[in-house]
Amino acid sequence: MSREIIIRVRNLKTAYGTHVVHEHLDLDIYRGEIIGVIGPSGCGKSVLLRAITGLKEFAEGSVEVFGDRLERLDEEERAAIEQRWGIMFQDGALFSNLTVRENVEVPMREHTDLEPQLRHELADMKIRMAGLSATAGPKFPSDLSGGMRKRAALARALALDPELLFLDEPTAGLDPITAAGFDTLIRSLQQALGLTVFLVTHDVDTLHAVCDRIAVLGDKHVLAVGTIDELRAFDHPWVQEYFGGPRGRAATGH
Amino acid sequence: MSDVLSPGFALEDSDESLHLRPSGDWTVKTIHVLDEDLRALHPDKRLIVDLSGLGRVDTAGAYLIDRTLRAAPAGSGVEGEHETARHLLTQVHKVSDPAPPGPQPDRGFTALLERTGEGFMDVVSETVSTLAFLGETVMTTVRLLMNPFRMRWTSVVAVMEEAGLDAMPIIAFLSFFVGLVVAYIGATTLMDFDLEIYTVELIGYSMLREFGVVLTGIVLAGRTNSSFTAQIGTMKMRQEIDAMQTLGLKPMDVLVAPRIIAMVLMTPALAFVATMAGIAGGIVVGWTSLDINPGVFIERLRNAVPMDQFWAGIAKAPVFGFVTALIACRQGLNVGGSVQSLGHRTTTSVVQGLFAIIVLDALFAILYMEMGI
Repeated sequence: MSREIIIRVRNLKTAYGTHVVHEHLDLDIYRGEIIGVIGPSGCGKSVLLRAITGLKEFAEGSVEVFGDRLERLDEEERAAIEQRWGIMFQDGALFSNLTVRENVEVPMREHTDLEPQLRHELADMKIRMAGLSATAGPKFPSDLSGGMRKRAALARALALDPELLFLDEPTAGLDPITAAGFDTLIRSLQQALGLTVFLVTHDVDTLHAVCDRIAVLGDKHVLAVGTIDELRAFDHPWVQEYFGGPRGRAATGH
Repeated sequence: MSDVLSPGFALEDSDESLHLRPSGDWTVKTIHVLDEDLRALHPDKRLIVDLSGLGRVDTAGAYLIDRTLRAAPAGSGVEGEHETARHLLTQVHKVSDPAPPGPQPDRGFTALLERTGEGFMDVVSETVSTLAFLGETVMTTVRLLMNPFRMRWTSVVAVMEEAGLDAMPIIAFLSFFVGLVVAYIGATTLMDFDLEIYTVELIGYSMLREFGVVLTGIVLAGRTNSSFTAQIGTMKMRQEIDAMQTLGLKPMDVLVAPRIIAMVLMTPALAFVATMAGIAGGIVVGWTSLDINPGVFIERLRNAVPMDQFWAGIAKAPVFGFVTALIACRQGLNVGGSVQSLGHRTTTSVVQGLFAIIVLDALFAILYMEMGI
């Protein structure tokens, strides 16, 4: 395949103390795709996200993002890379002492020379792009519902027009209709902005609606990578149960 | 990323339309140089934006083009080939209606009056709710003491250890040094009159009656109040208190009462340790600098300082413990959803705790004077 590889993980090993989370983990992510990462609870999906983004140090192996190994870069180069991705954390991780609009403005304030007025306007645009109404801007995160908080977090992740978006369980805890709305939103944003999306999820519907490829984590490494149809044919008890179980079947219409 | 081309635009005026030709990269990192010029542009005829010369563009750049087009008269539009830009413009156009201006804060004289009034009403409601909380706490504690089986003795003992026993070294240490200081200052002054033996009375009265218990109170207000408020406040923030209520557990029973009871029980013990440590400080000074040997010191202390003084001091301790724990729990339960409110409430808790200790001590002083102790 000649597509550009945007994230290249090789032989990754991560551990908390003596508890090994990943071992010999390899994964390639191509520019412009939405890759879903699934796996049983506790298999280290979020840890993989943290290892790629440099939040968790890994014991062995290498992670290249945009062709660079993060741990080899100096502070400045690393900051430049960090501005090219956006991360939405599992429970939003919005700054609770700032309003939604201020939250979205934080990366702009830090990394651009925009005038306050234009910054407000752009923040309002991002908030609406994430599917919130502009009236949410002056509210504090604690005044928002769970779904709205996730949208606000998405707006902050999009603030600097990143090329690469990490989403940690974006639809967890949302009602099916809101979750479906979120799926559509992610898909349309990806198409509109040409994003590469790394999506950690449990939601079979999301996988089906959004993802180009799916990586299955298990036994400390990537069990399989492929489209839903390829995975359905993959012979592994967990994968079979995942897609063959009642929820998996319902989502994919088989 | 390859080099960034600095953004710009050229304006071309023809008879019936104005042509805007953007060039370079219009991205969130670069467009700040264009903002002012484009905002000042108020085209009075059709505006045609020619995208063909545009370099890289993102939603921020597209927003700027869209905003300029919105300000232009009808019939304005884009021309030229730029797939990304056209695509982004459609996306951005959908979500960039100008937001309605938010309400402006009024800073006039009426606003000042309004704030003054609100401040006063806050004080009133704060007082009322403090008294309400006091009543609720007393009722809960009494109810639980009548039914000792319903009391959570495990948490009481845990709090006694964490907030009482663990505070003992620091309190003893502080009090010992205050004892040293008082003894030195006293001895220096009394030596002028050859009355340095009276240092014993000085240490006895001040430590037994005031310093032991007040120092304990102050350390508790700083150490225990902040920890109680932060513990309860974090539980409030993470909705653990709501969860408790739905499980049929009363926060007053589970969180407040054990802390109150533990503090009421532990403060006298801490005050006792503080008093003894303070006297020990005095003894050290007497022994090393004044040639009063410890045996003589203690003998004189027993004869010269009546036992009443000890009881007068130690009687304040449970009150201090009760009030500081009450303040800490109340502030903890008042924490809202944000980290800021947690910080604010913790500060308030410590400040109110210190304030309460000093004011109560003054009230006790008046009371004891009237009682003739």
